[in-house]
Amino acid sequence: MATMTPENLVYARPQAFTDTPTHYCPGCTHGTAHRLIAEVLDEMNLTGRTIGVAPVGCAVFAYNYFATDFVEAPHGRAPAMATGIKRVLPDRIVFTYQGDGDLASIGTGEIIHAAARGENITVIFINNANFGMTGGQMAPTTLPGQKTTSSPNGRDVELQGYPIRMAEMLATLDGAGYIVRRSLHDPTSIRKAKKAIRTAFETQVRGLGFSLVELLSTCPSNWNLTPVESLTWLEEHMIPYYPLGDYKVAPAITAAKI
Amino acid sequence: MARELWEGNQAIAESAVRIGLEAYFGYPITPQNEILEWLSRRMPELGRAFVQAEAELGAINMVYGAACTGARVMTSSSSPGISLMQEGLSYIAGTEIPVVLVNVMRGGPGLGNIAPSQGDYNQICKGGGHGDYHPIVLAPASVQEAVDLLPLAFDLAEKYLTIACLLLDGSIGQMMEPVELPPMREVKRREFPWATTGAGGRPRHVLTSIYLEPNDEEKTNLRLLKRWQAVQENEIRYKEYFIEDAEIIVVGFGTAGRVALSAVRAAREQGIKVGLFRPVTVAPYPYARVAELASQAKVLLVVEMNAGQMLEDVRLAVNGHTPIEFYGRLGGVVPFPDEILAEIQRVARETPKMVADPAKVWLQRMDAVMDK
Repeated sequence: MATMTPENLVYARPQAFTDTPTHYCPGCTHGTAHRLIAEVLDEMNLTGRTIGVAPVGCAVFAYNYFATDFVEAPHGRAPAMATGIKRVLPDRIVFTYQGDGDLASIGTGEIIHAAARGENITVIFINNANFGMTGGQMAPTTLPGQKTTSSPNGRDVELQGYPIRMAEMLATLDGAGYIVRRSLHDPTSIRKAKKAIRTAFETQVRGLGFSLVELLSTCPSNWNLTPVESLTWLEEHMIPYYPLGDYKVAPAITAAKI
Repeated sequence: MARELWEGNQAIAESAVRIGLEAYFGYPITPQNEILEWLSRRMPELGRAFVQAEAELGAINMVYGAACTGARVMTSSSSPGISLMQEGLSYIAGTEIPVVLVNVMRGGPGLGNIAPSQGDYNQICKGGGHGDYHPIVLAPASVQEAVDLLPLAFDLAEKYLTIACLLLDGSIGQMMEPVELPPMREVKRREFPWATTGAGGRPRHVLTSIYLEPNDEEKTNLRLLKRWQAVQENEIRYKEYFIEDAEIIVVGFGTAGRVALSAVRAAREQGIKVGLFRPVTVAPYPYARVAELASQAKVLLVVEMNAGQMLEDVRLAVNGHTPIEFYGRLGGVVPFPDEILAEIQRVARETPKMVADPAKVWLQRMDAVMDK
């Protein structure tokens, strides 16, 4: 085996990760999202002064995987906990990691008001169109007609309402600094997602207000699809309903040329 | 410091500032709004954290987050708002971090009213959130006592890594009394070995209330109970008045205890051998002292502004040894001293009887109130 030298090192575990293997299902994009965050924390040298806030959902044990300090919030309340931490430790970096059940359902009050207050925190929002941890129930983000364990005949919008486009909704708030939607379904999208996560953390470091990156993600186990089929399903079904794009980029962030 | 005229809620808020409150998160609800309003001015001018949250759910979780950093943090609310906070309180208890809660009770259930009540004794003392946990609950009977107990609440919360609650009702919150506030102290951030402040230069800290493995959760519960046992052994506080030769002992906490003291004094002037026992810690409850008093007295008269919630604790302490009488006003009605005096006179006149449920006998007597 050849000796590893900096010249031929192309891939390594980020320093912001612990050595714990993740518990996520094969093909799930949580691992990808985690890695992007860890790479950004490494690049910005933030691990030692960052506090993460884990959600209730599949990422409830996110705190096992990051080398940062972490707290575990009640379901949906991560933005409130993050607010409490950031307000007493304004020079630290505080991020929440939340799924769509957590952020778009039970936690709508907390996320909207954290954004409206312009809390200087970063939110990574995983949208996989269902409640993953509890067994694939309908989420506010479940697509019209999508079958889940609690919409067995497909989401009927007459009875079960319409999906919520969180990024678009939050972007209407004056307190929001940086609100974008990206996807994790192919390498190009993943690179763009990482750039957005970097920009979100840069927004916080520079004190430019509330930042949120929504990441369209897969849930092969609950979608009853293979990992590869899930990526295709995301691209063909989720992106048309949840268009990728920048929904709010405050002028100060554009001017910072991150 | 000189004695000044202060409203209860404002006195509590200003005292919290002076003893080093670093962060306050709250939501408006009567009759405790003056705490939030006072701190909305004082905290920012001192460079400290203040947020009026979008709801009590948000407020208690901001408290939860701030407490994880080791900051001295507090919230306040009243009955319906405290109900909303129960989720967060359970998580805070399960995470073993210090938080102070000021609970200014009003009439309930439901929206109820904004008048003084003690109807939430069970909710806070017996842990209204899910799971096995015990907040420390201090029940002042005056503005001065509220101000004096506040630093103790912070100290106990920090010593035992738990929730400490100052339990009062709208009357103490809103009345003005001459009071001596504590002097202004410098804020010192305590260095707790568990605080999540960023892992630079040390192993990382994780604060959570999840223990997926039942054996770990059981151990956590046992750890909480051991700590609670230490609280029970070391932190019982109460006040006694005219107890020495008392044959009738009135038991009441907070405002009910204070009103009862006026009645006890009046009864003493009439030669009735009556005393007052006023628990200051209602959790942990002074069971042992109540049991001692029960062996001294011919009868105990429990007086509350609820349907007999603390009565259950008195019955547990007395364990059938001594007859117990109960008098309660509820739903925001505060008893007059004369009413309690009349109860003392009635109890002195009648031969004490052992009854299975003192509250049942009281409820029959309350027909007169219902029919009015």
